[in-house]
Amino acid sequence: MRHFDYARAESPQQAVAAHGSDRDAAFLAGGTTLLDLVKLDVMQPQKVVDINGVDLTTIERLDDGRLRIGAMVTNTALARDERVVEDYAVLSQALLAGASTQLRNKATTGGNIMQRVRCPYFRDGVSACNKREPGSGCAAIGGVNRTVHAVLGTSDACIATHPSDMCVAMAAIGATVEVQGPEGSREIDFGDFHLLPGDTPAREHALEPGELITHVVLEAPIHGSRSAYLKLRDRQSYQFALASSAVIVRMDGDIIREARVAMGGVGTKPWRAPEVEAALKDRTASEALFANAARLAFEKATAYSQNGYKIPLGQQAIVRNLSDLTAA
Amino acid sequence: MSDKQHSIIGAGVPRIDGPDKLAGRANYAADNLPADMAYGYGVFSTIAKGKVARIKVDEAKRMPGVIDIFHHGHFPSLYRTPSSFAQGNKVEETRLPFEDERVYYEGQFVALVVADSFENARAAARHVEVEYAAESAVANLAQGLDDNGTQAGSGNHSRGDAPGAFEDAAASIDVTYHTPVETHNPMEMHASVAYWDAQGNLTIYDASQGVVVERNALSKIFAIAPERITVHAPYIGSGFGSKLWTWPHAVATAAVAREVERPVQLVVPRQQMFTTTGHRPETRQRMRLATDANGRLVSLRHESINTTSFTDQYVETCGSVTKSLYSCPNLTVSHATTQVNRGTPTSMRAPGAAPGLFALESAIDEMALAAGVDPVQFRLDNYAERDESQDLDFSSNHIVEATKQAAERFGWHDRNPQIGSMREGREIVGYGMAACNWEALKRPCDARVSLRADGTAFASCATQDIGTGTYTIVAQAVSDVTGIPIDRITVKLGDSSYPDGPISGGSWATATTLPAIAGAARNALDEMKRYATGDNGVFAGASSDELDVVDGGLRNAGGKQVSFAEILDAARYGSADGEAHTEAADSQYSYRSFGAHFVEVRWDPGISHLRVSRVVSAIDVGRVINETTARNQVEGAVVMGIGMGLFEATEYDERNGRPVNNDYAEYVVPVHADQPEIDVILLDYPDLAFNEYGARGIGEIGITGLSAAIGNAVHHATGKRIRELPITLDKLMDDVPQAQSA
Ligand SMILES: Cc1cc2nc3c(=O)[nH]c(=O)nc-3n(C[C@H](O)[C@H](O)[C@H](O)COP(=O)(O)OP(=O)(O)OC[C@H]3O[C@@H](n4cnc5c(N)ncnc54)[C@H](O)[C@@H]3O)c2cc1C
Ligand code: SF4
Repeated sequence: MRHFDYARAESPQQAVAAHGSDRDAAFLAGGTTLLDLVKLDVMQPQKVVDINGVDLTTIERLDDGRLRIGAMVTNTALARDERVVEDYAVLSQALLAGASTQLRNKATTGGNIMQRVRCPYFRDGVSACNKREPGSGCAAIGGVNRTVHAVLGTSDACIATHPSDMCVAMAAIGATVEVQGPEGSREIDFGDFHLLPGDTPAREHALEPGELITHVVLEAPIHGSRSAYLKLRDRQSYQFALASSAVIVRMDGDIIREARVAMGGVGTKPWRAPEVEAALKDRTASEALFANAARLAFEKATAYSQNGYKIPLGQQAIVRNLSDLTAA
Repeated sequence: MSDKQHSIIGAGVPRIDGPDKLAGRANYAADNLPADMAYGYGVFSTIAKGKVARIKVDEAKRMPGVIDIFHHGHFPSLYRTPSSFAQGNKVEETRLPFEDERVYYEGQFVALVVADSFENARAAARHVEVEYAAESAVANLAQGLDDNGTQAGSGNHSRGDAPGAFEDAAASIDVTYHTPVETHNPMEMHASVAYWDAQGNLTIYDASQGVVVERNALSKIFAIAPERITVHAPYIGSGFGSKLWTWPHAVATAAVAREVERPVQLVVPRQQMFTTTGHRPETRQRMRLATDANGRLVSLRHESINTTSFTDQYVETCGSVTKSLYSCPNLTVSHATTQVNRGTPTSMRAPGAAPGLFALESAIDEMALAAGVDPVQFRLDNYAERDESQDLDFSSNHIVEATKQAAERFGWHDRNPQIGSMREGREIVGYGMAACNWEALKRPCDARVSLRADGTAFASCATQDIGTGTYTIVAQAVSDVTGIPIDRITVKLGDSSYPDGPISGGSWATATTLPAIAGAARNALDEMKRYATGDNGVFAGASSDELDVVDGGLRNAGGKQVSFAEILDAARYGSADGEAHTEAADSQYSYRSFGAHFVEVRWDPGISHLRVSRVVSAIDVGRVINETTARNQVEGAVVMGIGMGLFEATEYDERNGRPVNNDYAEYVVPVHADQPEIDVILLDYPDLAFNEYGARGIGEIGITGLSAAIGNAVHHATGKRIRELPITLDKLMDDVPQAQSA
């Protein structure tokens, strides 16, 4: 079999030390992405650092009202946490809309952020794919791209969506990613964490080699807000989003005082839509307003051979979510 | 059946194999781990057409645990099977594995590593270097037609003058439907474990829906007598047709096991379940229908083309039902194929009828609308009273009652025919219906039953239980004839050394197996009576005719009742045995099963969300042998029909013929949340002309017509007629932006 070194870490320090700045090393959390891709021979780590013994499993409320989530908190535990259900319904719903119960029981907060694209050309280990084999091309452009390919943030080098639901909710809420690495600790704004493919689709995130995500800190909940996640797909469950929306609104009568909108299934990263938020701010809620605002999100969208429908579908995901949330 | 009507036939007897499955005692093919077993792992072609130019195995061969690596330059010479259905040695892909350097489809075996562990075999397989000379592949049906046109198929039929009648008709339609490749995707992957003993006898555990045919085919391929081969398949994690015939992996496993002189196991990876173990082919079906002024069909043409491989012709007989479901004097059904670079297709649940009734029952709906008649009434007006294609009466046909009962239960009369007129909140409700239909088949069969001195019974037959309940209904038949309770009956299936039984396909296992089992049980009873009336017998001197079979024993006119165990004990015999052979169905009648599906869909245009919210199906399959397993077959088929209607398609890259969505995450089938309320009505009219149990078989009919009923309901809700499956949400959206460039 393909051999790799295996180390089990008990603390973030140990994990970082064991990993080093080795590009061929990988942290092992729930394994639902990593082991899958290793079995497909798409990821070939030489060293696996198991972080399941690292105590990053707590969720704590900070004094400033923010919520600090350990990287090893499972998707199930996070979705069911009372504070999350109460203050961040959008996050709880997004998590529960993802994958299946078994997967969510294994999947972790850090691993979910780091999950790889679902593009089948990436996963087949053979086709041209700039992400897997930089410079080889992108088989998805002009190929089969109906479900897990984007219309926003794409480039001629790569059009795969970031598949996470959880991250879409976090993008709307606003968050900071705390990391620890060979060079010490630092914080990364959630909006800067995932990178657009540009010319370098193999570079997917802002982590330096060897950096470990230790926590995600959610911004304090917006007082008096409501939030929801709406995921649209072919079947009712167990499928990645074709289009989704995470929406948070604070209403004053029927006037929207504040809105946060992010989208999944349509972008190459969890897609925050500030232009939609601006168009909604201080305006009276109405279907016409929602439709106009949602349209702004897709002004720069690019339709590919099979996924043009995501442009109207993405707008529908925003409009419906807004109209349900703003209804009295 | 016994004279006395035992209530065990028809009862919802729980599956007798259930406890073993739940406890993990049921061994599936890959659960067999004979001592010293080695593991095979394939190297699969990454091009769809061309040649293996060079294959380098040196590095891989030096890897840990590798025993040998086989490929077209290093593989034993085998023989092709004549692949005859009549001779019982059919395979779907006649080309032998590693026969030459040619590549006909992506996922074809180009090498096979044998190593001491699964992991070592797989690791080495990834180090086999294959250089291809790729050629431009024929990637789909349209390209096939451009590239090589069509080849004539089989199952054609013509009566009257369909073109002439079409010209003069009052109303007509001319529409073309398209169905994609579907992949069976049973949960249990194809797997084989093979070994040869010192005398050159082959034992193979295979995930097989047909142990006898596999034995016969392997006997041709290895040129040894069939008696020297035993195929075992006691449990199968379903097959849906993909396990009916032997595929290259099983042949290769048996061949390399002989070469390395050890047992070898090979499990087909999920990705290759999409390539080298069959699929339902892509079809294009042109339908031309015409009616007279009274809404009676006067002309019907069903022209079907399906994709097949470059190695074998597989004909998807989409018009098989069209010949006889409706009365129409002028009718033509034709089948043709076009070659593409895909593996050879095969039967998938209701082959022919499933895609065929999507086209026919959608077209009937379109025709009814064009003729201005309610779709239910249109069908009632046009259903055939006898099989006009064979000029035979149906043995038993209750489609009118099925249609009316289902319509009533469903509430069809509440339907406002105006498109998009039925709303509930944000959703538009659509009602649609379709007929379903399947040929009733019965094959020759042998069976053996032993009544044993310990009071138990034993029945065996070389058919299989593919998860449908065959073990249980065989026990019911034995119990019915002998009066022995189910828990004292052992049933053994899935072993080619048992009396020859049928493949588990065509929905014929019940109608084929039960009469043979019952016959064998009766012959065992005759033997029992001879023992009872013989010299040491408990009824010595009596005549057999005077003895009745009662509750696992015999009773004479005087009321003396003695159990089989006591009879055997007195006569000093260990068992009373019987065998029987039953023949294929006669051709006195046209034997078919009938039914109707009614489907409610809900379309939420604000979020482009479509779901099936309710299904009522009335099914006329003759007598129901087991209420629970029968209902389960129809419910499962309805769910599979929802998948066919809304989700399922194996997507090939049109540039190179590569199947792209080749896993369970991307090949979308219904999950629990997609399953609506399903109301199954089983009419339960025994068809005694067909066999003594009056059962016609129920495995496939439920999927036929279902996707058309969905499409018809979608049309009612949205006004959109989607003639290309699956009906995905993007096809129902308006003003979808198209790609600017490529
Ligand atoms: C069939 C299937 C369906 C799915 N459906 C959905 C869905 O609908 N929606 C959805 O959102 N997701 C879905 N997922 C994805 C799932 O959510 C992710 O696989 C999961 O969240 C990954 O978490 P993990 O802990 O298992 O990560 P792992 O597999 O352990 O790790 C993933 C990657 O992250 C790295 N990593 C892990 N932890 C850290 C850390 N703390 N710091 C730095 N790097 C780290 C690993 O090295 C690896 O590269 C699906 C997955 C599968 C297999
Ligand atoms: S979309 Fe991205 S991941 Fe997919 S083939 Fe193109 S480069 Fe690779």
